[in-house]
Amino acid sequence: MSDSTTTDEKVLQLVVNRGEAGDERGQDVTYEIPRVKGMVVLDAVLYAQGHQDQDLAVRWNCKAGKCGSCAAEINGYPRLLCKTRVEDLPADKPVRVQPMQTFTRIKDLVTDVSWNYEMNKQIPPFTPREDKEWRWQQRDVERAQEMRKCIECFLCQDVCHVIRYQRSNKPKFAGPRFFVRTAGLDYHPMDALDRAEFLKKEAGIEMCNVTRCCTDVCPEHIQITDNAIIPAKERIVDQFHDPVKKAVKGT
Amino acid sequence: MERTQVHEADVLIIGAGGAGLRAAIAAKEAGARVAVVCKSLLGKAHTVMAEGGIAASLGNVDARDDWKTHFKDTMFGGKYVNDWRAAELHAKEAAAEVIQLERWGALFDRTDDGKILQRRFGGHTYPRLAHVGDRTGLELIRTLEDTAVSKKVDVYMEYTITRLVIDNGRVVGAVGYKRDNGETVAFRAPAVIIATGGAGKIYTVNSNSWEGTGDGQVLALRAGAELSDMEFVQFHPTGMVWPLSVRGILVTEAVRGEGGLLTNSKGERFMQRYDPERMELSTRDVVARAIFTEVREGRGSPHGGAFLAINHKPANFVRQKLPSMYTQFMAFADVDITKEPMEVFPTTHYAMGGIRVDAETCATRIPGLYAAGEAATGLHGANRLGGNSLSDLLVFGRRAGVSAVAYANANQAGPLTDEAIAAAEQEMNAPLQRQSGETAFEVLEELGSLMMEEVGVFRTAESLGRAKERLAALRERARNVRASGTRTYNPGWHAAIQIEGMVALAQAIAASALMRTESRGAHTRVDYPKYDDNLQRVNTVSHDDGSGLHVEFRERAPLPEHLAELIEKVPA
Ligand SMILES: Cc1cc2nc3c(=O)[nH]c(=O)nc-3n(C[C@H](O)[C@H](O)[C@H](O)COP(=O)(O)OP(=O)(O)OC[C@H]3O[C@@H](n4cnc5c(N)ncnc54)[C@H](O)[C@@H]3O)c2cc1C
Ligand code: SF4
Ligand code: SF4
Ligand code: FES
Repeated sequence: MSDSTTTDEKVLQLVVNRGEAGDERGQDVTYEIPRVKGMVVLDAVLYAQGHQDQDLAVRWNCKAGKCGSCAAEINGYPRLLCKTRVEDLPADKPVRVQPMQTFTRIKDLVTDVSWNYEMNKQIPPFTPREDKEWRWQQRDVERAQEMRKCIECFLCQDVCHVIRYQRSNKPKFAGPRFFVRTAGLDYHPMDALDRAEFLKKEAGIEMCNVTRCCTDVCPEHIQITDNAIIPAKERIVDQFHDPVKKAVKGT
Repeated sequence: MERTQVHEADVLIIGAGGAGLRAAIAAKEAGARVAVVCKSLLGKAHTVMAEGGIAASLGNVDARDDWKTHFKDTMFGGKYVNDWRAAELHAKEAAAEVIQLERWGALFDRTDDGKILQRRFGGHTYPRLAHVGDRTGLELIRTLEDTAVSKKVDVYMEYTITRLVIDNGRVVGAVGYKRDNGETVAFRAPAVIIATGGAGKIYTVNSNSWEGTGDGQVLALRAGAELSDMEFVQFHPTGMVWPLSVRGILVTEAVRGEGGLLTNSKGERFMQRYDPERMELSTRDVVARAIFTEVREGRGSPHGGAFLAINHKPANFVRQKLPSMYTQFMAFADVDITKEPMEVFPTTHYAMGGIRVDAETCATRIPGLYAAGEAATGLHGANRLGGNSLSDLLVFGRRAGVSAVAYANANQAGPLTDEAIAAAEQEMNAPLQRQSGETAFEVLEELGSLMMEEVGVFRTAESLGRAKERLAALRERARNVRASGTRTYNPGWHAAIQIEGMVALAQAIAASALMRTESRGAHTRVDYPKYDDNLQRVNTVSHDDGSGLHVEFRERAPLPEHLAELIEKVPA
């Protein structure tokens, strides 16, 4: 990346919060990175890795916003490193990158996200109906397709206060990512199960108080709160006969 | 040294992309104990990036389609050096695999009468690609992942295999490291399937994910298996050009499938000159050479590419059919593709060559060792048709899984000795123990640019000769790279372990390209611009018996009559 017509002379100050496992606080290390027009924050991190600290740990795969590997916090905000352009960040201060705070650190920007994979295993799997032909209209699947756009970056999990500030909630709260996945199954035109009970009991969906932070950070723009969580909450209310809520809704 | 924990399985599958996961499901369904290992987290494999679709002759959009036409198209696209048996099995089984995927929960886009919708793609006679907008790979991998999880397949995430262990001529297991803490890990299994994907990272400008470093091909080569057709590297005609940061990122062929038009700086639809019949939907080799030529002859776009426009279609249509292209250009290039054209240029995309296998069983020549997916070779010949990879993963992933179980049922696991593990560990540690030397990143940078310059879209005896010399020197340097830091999640160390293998594959590509003195499919020799009929009957085979790389031609069995009659036209 040394095309002289595209590099403006300025240098980017990249601050990476580094640390080993167990060191949650970490230490800020500053790197000076040549600014290149159009560069994303992941370019800067990889430049530091390639030219200065070979062992700087970061997860990434596609560098195209498609795999969801490169989630981190940029200037305190949960984002994908490969989809955040340096030009879109304030030019007058350094760019600071830290790992997702909801998960424990493995090293530098890499966190232990295994809890998500364990949670996923508990979701009752796709169970096809037998009484129906495998035919449907495009409009019948659009709701489910929205949920299935999820690239599992776990940014929504990172931002959700239910687990961010109380990690001990993790065993009883599946988090927005898995409300989305469950909705994707429930909206499937051929699925035979109803996962309302799972959402209420195992997934702890009632702990969500609809702050919408998850929706705000989703790089796929999935309407997590409006299209996955609220409809599920409503179904739970209906099914578990909550008289108060029923009265409020006037149904 | 602490004793390494050895995991036991009937079938060890290296790779959790489409091929590895499909193999895992098949093996699990056949009752085997299955272990899947992957370098990244589950669901992040390169397959997740696939966009345009999966080819299968369902005939939902055009009822005339059938396996015979799919077979014919695949052979024509591959310029007749394909393994015809692989092409036959693939064409016959792809449709059932797509339907199976739907039964496991995949939600493809629909036709008006409620069936799986299929779109046009280059080289396919009929609309043939089942798809979900332009995120088909995500749908495929998530469906397979969910299915494998529900069947309780054991997955070892962020484990990298660095060595296969061979005993008495057969495979007995594999050794590697865990990314998080750097510990050595070992697996003992009578049957091993390599499903590690492609090797695009050997070239600087490529569309591949971080993982595309050709590890599986290297593991196989070192274990004594053969590689084939390494000269056939697909340069996808449409990669992003601008900004530099995203150079090489794929612009899906679905853009052209949905009606996208290619023009040069003079506003000409230049495909008229290269393939007036198929135009934008010609095969990838032809379109890539066309764009390259337009730019070289001074008719390029401002950033050195061609224009690709879809803005003559309604904005809603574009956003619905190509949502991720829309966001990709908005986010990375400030280009609104519903209003203005994109700029595109060829990018290294896919390895047609790879591990040589038997089409029916996916077996390599090492007993117990199987390969499937992009890591293997045969189906695509000299040029892969778009959409034929995802179907390849399913058809041959399943076959590999089934055959590996049959082998494991008939054969006990061999001995995986402490010595073998120690040797592999020693090899891994070497870069960390060196006190001086370059980093792997430096060698990789040079490898990438060398391959772009000398072994790219256009090749000559001179360029390939230079590549041969430069690669030999680079191999020496790769052997002596140094990594600093510890074994915990250390990218510099990971790169140091794999860099020599990448150079070895580059050598196989260059040597095979030098031998094939003709132009065919993705392999273009400026000094031999025509087909050579004698070379249609043969494939290159690379192997290394420990004394260095050998490349030779091997003749294919002739097409049997029932397939020969399907092929009317042989290319001029
Ligand atoms: C941007 C893009 C778009 C594409 N679009 C299409 C399309 O529309 N249609 C189509 O048919 N094809 C498409 N392709 C091609 C297709 O996606 C790939 O060829 C295919 O996904 C490869 O799948 P695979 O299962 O062979 O390997 P991969 O998906 O590459 O998976 C490889 C797996 O092996 C693991 N692995 C690798 N090395 C090791 C090791 N040393 N130890 C342990 N694990 C290892 C990796 O972690 C990974 O899990 C596209 C490719 C790209 C890049
Ligand atoms: S809306 Fe619910 S799930 Fe989403 S961040 Fe807020 S509390 Fe968490
Ligand atoms: S729902 Fe959105 S934010 Fe959450 S994991 Fe999926 S893509 Fe990421
Ligand atoms: S690296 Fe894949 S989303 Fe960023």
